[in-house]
Amino acid sequence: MASITTESLVKEYPGGMRGVDGLDVKINDGEFFALLGPSGCGKTTLLRTIAGLEQSTEGKIFIGERDVTMLEPGQRKIAMVFQDYALFPHMSVEENIAYPLKIQKVGKEVRLARAAEVAEALALGGLLKRRPAQLSGGQQQRVALARAVASNPSVFLLDEPLSNLDARLRLEARTFLKRLQQELGVTTVFVTHDQAEALALADRIAIMKAGKLQQLGSPREVFQRPANTFVASFIGSTPMNLVDGSVHGSSVLIAGQAVPLPESAVGHVTDGQKVTWGGRPEYLSLTTEARSGALQGTVTVAENLGAAMLIAVEVGEHLIQVIVDEDVEPELGTTVWITSEPRRTLLFDEDGERIAAGAVAPAGDATPDAQESMVSLA
Amino acid sequence: MISSVIQPEAQSGVAVRKFLGLIGKTLFIAFVLAFFTIPVLWLVMAPFDAHPQLAVKVPEFTLNNFVVLFTDSSALSSLGNSVVLALGTMVLVLVLGSLASYSLSRVRIPGREILLYSLLLLSSIITGTAAMVPTFLLMVRLQLIDSTLGVILVMGAGILPTVIFILKDFMDSTPKSFEESARLYGAKPLRILWDVVVPLARPGLATIAVWAVVQVWGNFLVPFILLRSPGKAPAAVVMYTFYTEGGQPDLALISAFSLVFSLPVIAMYFFVNRRYGFRFHGGIKS
Repeated sequence: MASITTESLVKEYPGGMRGVDGLDVKINDGEFFALLGPSGCGKTTLLRTIAGLEQSTEGKIFIGERDVTMLEPGQRKIAMVFQDYALFPHMSVEENIAYPLKIQKVGKEVRLARAAEVAEALALGGLLKRRPAQLSGGQQQRVALARAVASNPSVFLLDEPLSNLDARLRLEARTFLKRLQQELGVTTVFVTHDQAEALALADRIAIMKAGKLQQLGSPREVFQRPANTFVASFIGSTPMNLVDGSVHGSSVLIAGQAVPLPESAVGHVTDGQKVTWGGRPEYLSLTTEARSGALQGTVTVAENLGAAMLIAVEVGEHLIQVIVDEDVEPELGTTVWITSEPRRTLLFDEDGERIAAGAVAPAGDATPDAQESMVSLA
Repeated sequence: MISSVIQPEAQSGVAVRKFLGLIGKTLFIAFVLAFFTIPVLWLVMAPFDAHPQLAVKVPEFTLNNFVVLFTDSSALSSLGNSVVLALGTMVLVLVLGSLASYSLSRVRIPGREILLYSLLLLSSIITGTAAMVPTFLLMVRLQLIDSTLGVILVMGAGILPTVIFILKDFMDSTPKSFEESARLYGAKPLRILWDVVVPLARPGLATIAVWAVVQVWGNFLVPFILLRSPGKAPAAVVMYTFYTEGGQPDLALISAFSLVFSLPVIAMYFFVNRRYGFRFHGGIKS
């Protein structure tokens, strides 16, 4: 078991494209860590560079106290589960799981016993003699995990571990994965483009864009206090409403209407400053009567989300989405008022950075989440 | 009224044309079929005929041809020679071919495709007639004339480029994550080749193995020129020596030997197909 530290890590491809661009990240021992971002953001490149499958161009990688930057993948004591699982089709489940031990020259009896033990723990008991092609997707994934577990690594790397499973199975596998990680307590890094998956599984999330770190924090932090507009719009199953406006005294003017200044921004803005106001659809509420400090608009689209409704309200030239209770279903074309809580809304400056005390601090802030998330919970 | 008079005539015209077309098609297919079947029929029937001719006829059944063939010691030993040459070449091209194609598939070198294509084009020269004199001189210098090894090397060199070309395609199509997975657990390149790549490319290797054996088995020119002593000659060369005292080809012996000569290749095809299968198998979830 070990922590992982990268120091100004750069991976440059021939042609000058930077997959990873000057990254400083510390992944704590025993942590379940997510690398999140849209496709092409460099998250998989970072994972592969940590694994040693890609050679870094600049910077250093440490696993525990050991500098592994120049080490072969096989010497790093890591295990990786690939997106396609990469189970050897010509070997049985048993042989697949025991393969890492075979390379480590562990005797046949010992390694088969270990394979059986790990398989049992991962609910693969009756399948030892089968070939990968004879297994379901979920079983194949568990075999891939079992092979990783059997090799006794100090770090697990998972590349899009759930993306090849169908939706229903994915939830099941997610819970399974989280429990497995808690039981083993091995430092685990996984790559995903699905923000819901990252929020559900990870202890901490690193959000990347174009090879650069955007924010690093606990799921609660990145959800409630995104560092910039990119993170704000990327996190959350319905993206945060981001609306241009300007500061006017203790309120923000949006399409000529005033909403209260978000609490976190109080004292950090100047009058007349151009800003982006951010409010999550979940944190906004809808009324059919006029209220002070509410945005007046017209209902244009209503989408059913099952237990809730997603209502799009036209306010001036902006479209603001609000999530309401399933019983509240405003008629299309009616006039409604959107109320926001100053405590739940955010303000971003013209560069897209969040305006708040200490919010401009470097995104690669490695201090644990406790302090900051306590504030937001208050 | 008019249309009803014309129509049946037109219809019958169409029917006649269809009928003639059918006859034409059938005749054509029968001709093509005969073209391929008659030699095979001859091969199966002539060996059991007391007086075989260059024609397909109901044989006067006898097994005497085989008795004569197997009492001629050179026939059997030549089959043994053929086996040695074919298997030797097969092993040579499988080992060198898989190593070369694996590295060519995984290592990017400039001009790789051009190299492969030019090798493929030039390779036909080595075992071809045009290069026989230089090849002969080269083998004389290397003191590999009248040596089984010499024949294996020349045959191997001749078919290796095609082998590499085909195998590289197989190697290209095996997903890299298999190897990366093995690499992460500490496997070295040769180990990965043996544990992962070779088993995955097995259908390709089986195809190549059969193809290499067939190439050598049926080759007459190279062993005919490079081997001097009759005791080393393979079956394809020995068959050339079956003449009657009158200088006529001994059809009884030639036909019997042809049948014996073709059986191992057919048997091998069925064995390899059953054991390894010329097919792909999955294991990647995509």
